[in-house]
Amino acid sequence: MWAILTLLVENKPGILFKVTHLFRSRNFNIDSISVGVTDNPEYSRMTITTYGDEKQVEQIVKQLDKMIDVLEVKHLDEHKTVYRELSIFKIKLSNANDSMEVNKLANAYGGKIHDVRKDSIMVELTATPDQIRAFEELAKPFGIIEVARTGVAALQRSGA
Amino acid sequence: MNKMETMTGARALMVAMEKEGVKEVFGLPGGANLPMYDEFARCNIRHILVRHEQSAAHMADGFGRVSRKPGVCFATSGPGATNILTGIATAQADSAPMIAVTGQVPVAMIGKDAFQESDIIGMANPAVKYAFQPRSPDEIPMVVRKGFYIAETGRPGPVLIDIPKDVQQKEASMIFPDEFKIRGYHPWTNPDIANVERAIEMLLSAERPIILAGGGTIISSAFAELQSIAELLMIPVVTTFKGKGAFPENHPLSLGPIGMHGHAEANKMMTEADCVLAIGTRFSDRSVGTFEAFEKRLKIIHMDVDPAEIGKNQTTSVAVVGDVRASLRIMVKMLMQKAIKRTEENTWIKHVKETKEYWKENLKLHPGEMGAAKILRKLREILPHESIVTTEVGQHQMWASLFYDVIQPGTFFSSTGLGTMGWGFPAAIGAKVARPDVPVVDIAGDGSFSMTENSLATAVLEDIPVIVFLLNNFTLGMVAQWQRTFYNRRMIGVDQGKCPDYVKLAESYGAQGIRAQSMDELDKAIKTALKSDVATVIDIPIDPEEDVLPFVAPGTSLADMILPS
Repeated sequence: MWAILTLLVENKPGILFKVTHLFRSRNFNIDSISVGVTDNPEYSRMTITTYGDEKQVEQIVKQLDKMIDVLEVKHLDEHKTVYRELSIFKIKLSNANDSMEVNKLANAYGGKIHDVRKDSIMVELTATPDQIRAFEELAKPFGIIEVARTGVAALQRSGA
Repeated sequence: MNKMETMTGARALMVAMEKEGVKEVFGLPGGANLPMYDEFARCNIRHILVRHEQSAAHMADGFGRVSRKPGVCFATSGPGATNILTGIATAQADSAPMIAVTGQVPVAMIGKDAFQESDIIGMANPAVKYAFQPRSPDEIPMVVRKGFYIAETGRPGPVLIDIPKDVQQKEASMIFPDEFKIRGYHPWTNPDIANVERAIEMLLSAERPIILAGGGTIISSAFAELQSIAELLMIPVVTTFKGKGAFPENHPLSLGPIGMHGHAEANKMMTEADCVLAIGTRFSDRSVGTFEAFEKRLKIIHMDVDPAEIGKNQTTSVAVVGDVRASLRIMVKMLMQKAIKRTEENTWIKHVKETKEYWKENLKLHPGEMGAAKILRKLREILPHESIVTTEVGQHQMWASLFYDVIQPGTFFSSTGLGTMGWGFPAAIGAKVARPDVPVVDIAGDGSFSMTENSLATAVLEDIPVIVFLLNNFTLGMVAQWQRTFYNRRMIGVDQGKCPDYVKLAESYGAQGIRAQSMDELDKAIKTALKSDVATVIDIPIDPEEDVLPFVAPGTSLADMILPS
């Protein structure tokens, strides 16, 4: 099971270390992690995605909840959550047509074009990890030079 | 608002600790904690000097387990700090309250690989309940207040306070707070009454119920409540090794500890039960073996203060989260209100008592005069019930579990989680500091005692007369037993030789050393040690070939225990 966890934590040095250390020491894996300060500068929000069966996810949630610097932890239902990841692809352009084709592909996924060169182009894509993977598959034939991804940020929908 | 006072960080630390009621600190000075040490001259806290920082941590641990208030240990930066790590991890594994205060290099030197710098915060992180590193002296009073609160509430544990030297030295206006808030820490949960009710129904409808009392029962002093429930519902009680002595072991319903070296009758009844009330336990592999073998037909009611323990190692039918004493109190009250009290012995209880009787008669023991069972039963016979016993780690520890019956609950302590050799003796010293009014005995083996034997210096110089009851087989006995059992008697790295002579060793420190080679000598030695005002080592040579039995091999079920042949 793929799980999205959202954590409200104290915005202090060393908290990221403690959280990631907990995953390692309890034998869980982090699929992606993103951290940023909230509207209240005392807190940060972490979004962690991980894989595990229901029991394992429940256990990691409890262990995170036990951490004194973690104020709140939730296992989000992905159907009741807005979750997105920012990715940047640098794609190879081999012939005159490629630029147009990549542009079309980026448009289909709601991506933005940056840094157009003779032999490469950059696409910024904010989407779900599944959509990013699908885009990646379609971009592969052109030749992917580099990819950078931020990890998922997520918030539960109101009333959910 | 409290009035502000100007003082150094080091002074603030001592004042704050005095406010927490600290009377003793176990420790060893060094460059980075000298400003704190200088403050001992000006406060009412006694410093107890150790010969190795690991022992300071174990002393604080023993003190904490007995007094249920955090014991305090001091170490300097670098190697001083890394030396206490084993002690911190031991306290964490057994949920013991402790405050470890380390010196650190000055703030400006942190991260520069300075002399005697270690990133103790980073190293200790997975082994502490919480760690603080105040970067400004005025943080210290609040850090101490929160540190003690975190260490002793909820599921207790060790808290590290790492103070850079310049933070100890600098002056600041200090406020010693009465009130404080830790936003992310909620140590107590109110037990869910409905779940307690369901637990009672489950216990009443079970045919073969059993109570499994873990270490949490002892930490929360739920002795009277546990006994009431066992007696009202007439349910037999087994314990984990850490829960040993949560229930008087001479009680007709007591079956003793289960586990790898559990009592035969306890392991047997545990595998036959259909419903277990598990109190303050994490179902460790050493206690339950491979549980799958019988858990399918076992309903588990789990009470624990730590919600993360529910479902961690076992799937439960009913969970009651909260301080186990509070949960058990609610249960007792409900039973009283409903006037539930069993008086007739049912077939299960009869079967339990027959099984207990059978093993009392039929467990084969070492035939020699100085067999482990005879030695430990002799100790039990002479020691007053209120005496506190600690153990080292190894065969003697498991023999203590099998043959030393704890009669007054909460008087038996051991390193059960981390299994730290060398724990028992310094922990006994800490226990004696907490309870100078009762005899304190470390049931020891030669291998384990060797690791912290230099604490004899502390016992003698600081006038802390504990007794080391040394079952000496000149061998790392538990490892030797595994080599005999699983490695076809290839004995590698276990022979300790007759080295040292423990009587002479004790005497060289100014302690009393007595060798006991017969039951008569042992009888006299124990009585002499109890009257002594100096620490005593009783060296009891035993047969190096004696095994601890019964034995549940690792990776097998309690039902498959190996019995003496």
